Amino acid sequence: MKPLKPDEKIDVLAIVKDLDRYRPKRRGWTWRSPVESQQAGPFTLQDTSENLKHSVPLPSAHYFGDIDPQCDVVVTTEIASGRFEDDIRRMRMAAWHGADHLMVIRTAGQSHFDGLIEGTPEGVGGIPISRKQVRASRKALDLIEEEVGRPINFHSYVSGVAGPEIAVMFSEEGVNGAHQDPQYNVLYRNINMHRSFVDAAEAKTVMADAGILQIDGAHNANATAKEAWKVMPELLVQHAVNCAFSRAAGMPREYIALSTVPPTAPPAPKLWLDLPYAIALRDLFSGYKFRAQQNTRYMEADMAEATITHVLDTLISRMTSADIQSTITPDEGRNVPWHYNNILGVNTARQTLMGLDGWSQMVDLKQEGHLPETVRELKERAVLFLEEIVENGGYFAAVAQGQFVDSGCFPERNNDGIARDPGGGVSADSIIEREPDYGAPVCGHFGANQYAGKACDAYGGCTLCDPSKIVYIDELDETDNVHNRLEKPLADQAAGRIRPEVEWAGDGIVCVTLFVPEEPRVAEAAALEMARKMGLTEPEVISRRLIHPAEGSLFEVKGVFAQAVDKSKLVIAEEEELLADSEIEAFVRPRKIHVVAATVGEDEHSVGMREIIDIKHGGLEKYAFRCHYLGTSVPVSKVLDAVQETGAKAALISTIISHNDIHRINMRRLHDLAVERGMREGLILIAGGTQVNDAMAVDCGMDAGFGRGTKGQHVASFIAVKMMEKDDDPGV
Amino acid sequence: MKERKDDFSARRKHLANLSDAQLHDHFWSLVNRIVQPLVEEARTHTSPSIERSVLLRMGFSSLETKPLVNRMLEKGVLGRGAGNLVLKLAQKKGISVREAGLGLIDGEYWEELGQ
Repeated sequence: MKPLKPDEKIDVLAIVKDLDRYRPKRRGWTWRSPVESQQAGPFTLQDTSENLKHSVPLPSAHYFGDIDPQCDVVVTTEIASGRFEDDIRRMRMAAWHGADHLMVIRTAGQSHFDGLIEGTPEGVGGIPISRKQVRASRKALDLIEEEVGRPINFHSYVSGVAGPEIAVMFSEEGVNGAHQDPQYNVLYRNINMHRSFVDAAEAKTVMADAGILQIDGAHNANATAKEAWKVMPELLVQHAVNCAFSRAAGMPREYIALSTVPPTAPPAPKLWLDLPYAIALRDLFSGYKFRAQQNTRYMEADMAEATITHVLDTLISRMTSADIQSTITPDEGRNVPWHYNNILGVNTARQTLMGLDGWSQMVDLKQEGHLPETVRELKERAVLFLEEIVENGGYFAAVAQGQFVDSGCFPERNNDGIARDPGGGVSADSIIEREPDYGAPVCGHFGANQYAGKACDAYGGCTLCDPSKIVYIDELDETDNVHNRLEKPLADQAAGRIRPEVEWAGDGIVCVTLFVPEEPRVAEAAALEMARKMGLTEPEVISRRLIHPAEGSLFEVKGVFAQAVDKSKLVIAEEEELLADSEIEAFVRPRKIHVVAATVGEDEHSVGMREIIDIKHGGLEKYAFRCHYLGTSVPVSKVLDAVQETGAKAALISTIISHNDIHRINMRRLHDLAVERGMREGLILIAGGTQVNDAMAVDCGMDAGFGRGTKGQHVASFIAVKMMEKDDDPGV
Repeated sequence: MKERKDDFSARRKHLANLSDAQLHDHFWSLVNRIVQPLVEEARTHTSPSIERSVLLRMGFSSLETKPLVNRMLEKGVLGRGAGNLVLKLAQKKGISVREAGLGLIDGEYWEELGQ
């Protein structure tokens, strides 16, 4: 397939074409390449990795020369649209924002599916993980990683009752990371415990053979327990059981990542509780990798609140260590994540990590008091938990007695743990003792086996050695497949119909924010009615925040905007063409053009104007304009006085304050006064400010208006072009 | 488990004098002791999913591995290993592994299987 072009959409039809012959570019997990003391614009950074070829920098980057430094840890986002064709577009957007671990959530119910799913059926809360979906996603990621210039790790789940088969398929298809933890099956999916551990050993051996990074499932205890901070001793135990079992299955430590979540959220004293736990974990599991996840347990509908908790989670990662910083979309508490919220989540992590650059060179943690004492206590509680497992007769017996996921902080017990019957659960009685002549003539196999060495040589190699033997199945369902689903969005695209979306192509979903000045119940009913009157169908309040019991509440209402916009009928503003620096200077220098500049009204802001005129910011002076800066809080009449004194051809006013429309009033006043004094003709009037735009300024009598992001070159080019229209001779 | 008040301070007495390194060693020796029987069960047992995953690796599709493994389970021969049975059959008949497996799915060769 042809490389992606930054200004063209990814062609999903081309991705699914010829998939039967597609092989992934590489296998196994990839870490970022750290760069020591990396220069980025005016800064020397301590904790960064190689830059990307294409990316979207953080919003403030334009103040620092559009730098886009990349942190030194892998950044995860979880992709869960339920349709892989939409997942692919979301992955591309996330990769441009710095994500390099794309974790595809699988559909509800797949862990109880006894076998592989084939084709491209639609999922619920994730996609059905099938060979075609995995292969198409990997193929897309192979293109996307070329585009952004960094390897991207593709990740999904090897658990449930078909773990070994999924592990083999992942190995064959170049999946780079996977969740695998038999305790997840046992505790949360009620899959028979004997089956879960027997299957897990095989799955882990296959993963080790493929260099797939494993992430465990201990974080689920956080998400399940009512008081998540009380399960910390047990979490240490769950991590340890999976680590030791994985090691026994031949997995190297550096391919085992502990999935760890700081358990609490403000107003709980988050660092007081979570930091000792994070340190205890890293002490006990030295040599293993850490996948630092953000907290989901206490997040609800408020995205700002979730984001702040996630910033603190990421701070804990930097205060301790993390190899992978995973991110949670800030809307996960209220709906299946929307694609742009994946981007917000990724940016929360990278903005925080860049802000904390160099932390470890400046700050040490206390070696006495609450921190080390609590670290020690947590470790001892975990040891006591293990001792009780042994006393109870081993792991299976302990689970049967409800020792796990009890809400008490061990050894406290509240008799509310998850108890499972060793002889029960999904797929009970399904393990079979191996006969003395048992054999499995394949690579990546665990346990007793009559074949030794490379057993697959006997028939010319297994699929892990010879991928041409993989049997590819395309579709099994004539209706529920990607080709049918793509018909509508592709028809829209071809006809130039544009619809908004949050999850699936053209789903029409929009979200409006309304503050309603009524008591909460009245306000909510009113918010919904307002959304209906805006023409939104199926309106639903997805966030409500009380601002004051009587004065009002803030709502976010989602609804469907059922219409499409016709691309061909849009009036699109022409892209402004700037003169080159050399052209501007060649025009300005011989003409000795004077300009007058001032911040007008009762306004003390001077930074923006100085950036437009100062030579050191690449402002007008650089092009040989002779600038007369009058200062701040200058009356408009003084601006015109200065024009007369200097013979200036242009007057620039800055107006930042916009209260009561004072910015518009000052623009009109300048224009009117210039007309009154007979100076308007031949004088270029320009206004600038954060609340100013060109159309508004022109409407207020200016020749042009410049808003946020304006550089000296924009203003210089405008003045030069305007003067060129009537000037043909420098007149020197 | 029965309700129990937090008796940490009484229960920890035997740990109080351990150094951090000793505590870590104790932690990991308990973990390894707990995991050992689980590993042993995995070493000596198999499952339908493991056997299907072996056949996948031998070049069968998911639609083919299911009937093969189900039938072997019914016949009580899965404990010898699905891939092993198919390979031995192929070697005995002088046919390819795929031909042997597809033949079994079609109901052939079952009387010769594992002999």
